[in-house]
Amino acid sequence: MEFTEQLVQQLINGISLGSIYALIALGYTMVYGIIKLINFAHGDIYMVGAYIGFFVISMLHLSIIPALLISMVVTGLLGVAVERLAYKPLRNAPRISLLITAIGVSFFLEYTTMYFVTPQPRTFPNVMDDVTYHLGMFVINGQQVLIFVITLVLMVLLTYIVQRTKIGKAMRAVSFDTETAQLMGIDANRIISVTFGIGSALAAAGGVLVGVYYNSIDPLMGIMPGLKAFVAAVLGGIGSIPGAMAGGLILGVIEALVSGFISSTFRDAAAFAILILVLLFKPSGLFGKNTREKV
Amino acid sequence: MELLKATGVSKFFGGLKAVSDFDVYINKGELIGLIGPNGAGKTTAFNLFTGVYQPTAGAIDFDGKSLLGMKPYQITQRGIARTFQNIRLFPELTVLDNVKIAYQSHVKYGILESVLRIGRYFKEEDAIEKNAIELLKIFKLDDKKYEFAKNLPYGAQRRLEIARALAAKPKLLLLDEPAAGMNPQETQELMEMITWIRKEFGLTILLIEHDMSLVMGICERIYVLEYGSIIAKGKPAEIKNDPEVIRAYLGMEVE
Amino acid sequence: MNVLRKQDLKILAASFVGFCVLYALMSEGIIGAYWQFNLILVGINIILSVSLNLINGYTGQFSLGHAGFMAIGAYVSAILTTNFHMTFLLALIVGALGAAVLGFLIGLPTLRLSGDYLAIATLGLGEIIRITIMNIEYVGGAAGFMGIPHYTTFPWVFGIMLFTLFVIKNFVNSAHGRACIAIRENEIAAEAMGVNTTKYKVMAFTIGAAFAGLAGGLFAHCFYIINPTSFTFMASFNYLIMVVMGGLGSITGSIAGAGVLTVISAVLASWPEFRMIIYSLLLILLMFYRPQGLFGNIEIMDLKCFSRFKGGRN
Repeated sequence: MEFTEQLVQQLINGISLGSIYALIALGYTMVYGIIKLINFAHGDIYMVGAYIGFFVISMLHLSIIPALLISMVVTGLLGVAVERLAYKPLRNAPRISLLITAIGVSFFLEYTTMYFVTPQPRTFPNVMDDVTYHLGMFVINGQQVLIFVITLVLMVLLTYIVQRTKIGKAMRAVSFDTETAQLMGIDANRIISVTFGIGSALAAAGGVLVGVYYNSIDPLMGIMPGLKAFVAAVLGGIGSIPGAMAGGLILGVIEALVSGFISSTFRDAAAFAILILVLLFKPSGLFGKNTREKV
Repeated sequence: MELLKATGVSKFFGGLKAVSDFDVYINKGELIGLIGPNGAGKTTAFNLFTGVYQPTAGAIDFDGKSLLGMKPYQITQRGIARTFQNIRLFPELTVLDNVKIAYQSHVKYGILESVLRIGRYFKEEDAIEKNAIELLKIFKLDDKKYEFAKNLPYGAQRRLEIARALAAKPKLLLLDEPAAGMNPQETQELMEMITWIRKEFGLTILLIEHDMSLVMGICERIYVLEYGSIIAKGKPAEIKNDPEVIRAYLGMEVE
Repeated sequence: MNVLRKQDLKILAASFVGFCVLYALMSEGIIGAYWQFNLILVGINIILSVSLNLINGYTGQFSLGHAGFMAIGAYVSAILTTNFHMTFLLALIVGALGAAVLGFLIGLPTLRLSGDYLAIATLGLGEIIRITIMNIEYVGGAAGFMGIPHYTTFPWVFGIMLFTLFVIKNFVNSAHGRACIAIRENEIAAEAMGVNTTKYKVMAFTIGAAFAGLAGGLFAHCFYIINPTSFTFMASFNYLIMVVMGGLGSITGSIAGAGVLTVISAVLASWPEFRMIIYSLLLILLMFYRPQGLFGNIEIMDLKCFSRFKGGRN
């Protein structure tokens, strides 16, 4: 019985972790889908979101939901600004230039934040009472419930926007074929900005939730989760929104299981091992499409 | 004597049929044309012959041996070279270097010799350079040998592609729309050049073209492709009057 | 007489003079300890950036895992000298070979991928190497491996750097180097012209990894202790930036990129956050206004002012 107890416990932890990865992965996948850029700075956007949440809660003494919303909006705008200033001018440049610029933006966000808030980790103030729910023999705490609920709400919202609204349709069109979409009257630049905005807002939500759950934030917190969320996006099929959601959850669960049953020092390696396996055996991921070069 | 023989070749991409029941033979020394409307599968056929695609079914034999399962570079080493429909030169390399690349499979010196610059390195590099310049002279490109390929005018780029393919010392040369974008005079010069290199290098040539004056002018036999299947084959005079061909090309002027 | 050999000898002579000057300045103490250390670092970084350039710049394969190969070379050579008392040169060679073997094993499956996918695969593999090292008790795990003898001196670094430059320069100017460049320019056409693209991609990758391992060995013997945090993907990014800043496909560029970046790092070391902010802004501006880097894909020998040193075309 102890094994299944551990198993389910890790599953619950994994889903919490996976939800965060999914939120970050969505931003990666949407941006890659629309302009074929691996936005290495995305993990740092998540970090900024966490800090904004932190300051809103500790300085303005607001509760979690308003903090979440404010952080999402502000970080969303930051994402749009980054795109306009750093990526848009290089829209037609070779891929490596964009990649290096993304790395530059990443460093810039990390070290500017560090300059202002110092490298010391900050403790996230307590916004929830420490409630734990006991379902039979499994323990689930209030923060994990919060993560599930908020992630679920956001994903449903995103799916609705992408599938049912005009702007969502435009996003899908631009990511499929930018030139033709423009010929059909879609303002590709605006859509790209919207994509960055939404992706960044989701990452910010992840950041705030992480602050609530793990209690500690620091300027370099975005590096590893960013990378892992990227792996999740690849696992799900880069460019696919349901893929990012699935990939994030799967990665979170696998990482929790590895950490619980094998060793916690190997948890990071699990993500990269998955990456390699996916790339070698099914590079298009779970939901992705294979595109071939025409000879 | 058949140099290239395709029997019952099909190529499907998932459910999409690109080519089916493709039966083609080319004798040594012949100049054969492959024509058909856009999307008929002509370049797919080239890709099958050069190993870029593997056939879903059927056999392809070259010089008596099967080509199935071979990689493109191995097929090139066996003696088939090609040009591309959309020019695929090496843009940041000079004209001379573009041609030198094709000698790659004939290079005998190894890495150690190249790094230490001993042994065969200098002799072979000189030989490669000499041969490459000779080839460029034939195509009237030797005065541009140090230009970057990306800076050449369109006609010169097409000639360079052919020169490069020849540097690979092929027995069979596949030309994919060599006259695309050329004016009548350039096309005429191209026709003369193709005829000349065929004789000079003892080549067998398979040609994809849309320009009917070129095809009818120099091809000995023609295959006509439509929607992946051969709808007609034979000598130019027969093809010209074939009702199936005329139907497929409806609206296109056939001389 | 062969023109190319003459040119090589001239470069060698000039380098020797440069070396003597620097060495004299160091011995006299005019170049102090801090800058002596940084000159050694420049040399090591040149080896890393030139070897990465072979993979990324000349062969066009997007590798983001260079630090992983450096780590292999560092750890293997350090263990050999510290625990087995092997001579320095032999340990360096074995370290380089270890890195090469790993480069070969990694290259074979992953070089089927292209572009972004190859980039993240190599990034992931570099991290896997680092995390694995971090979990091996014998090499000290996360705390690091210590007791490494301080064998690395400026003459060692300079000599090995020259060797690296010589090997890679000659490789690139041969038929094999041309094959690699052809792959970068148009892989499908290269394959169609008889180039075994898989063989050459793996070859470039393996050679690049070997030299990274060599640099790793030199790096390890600068310090008493090494630990996995020196070999993260951030380090790989650093070397990538050196290559791009100098110019993909230019050896001179890689030398310049390594030099400039190491020096900037050294000069601004006292203000770490400020340094990184400036650095990141410079990076972005570089990509905006001079994406081909300092030298693009030309070598310093190609510039007009050096034309009288050249006979024929190199």
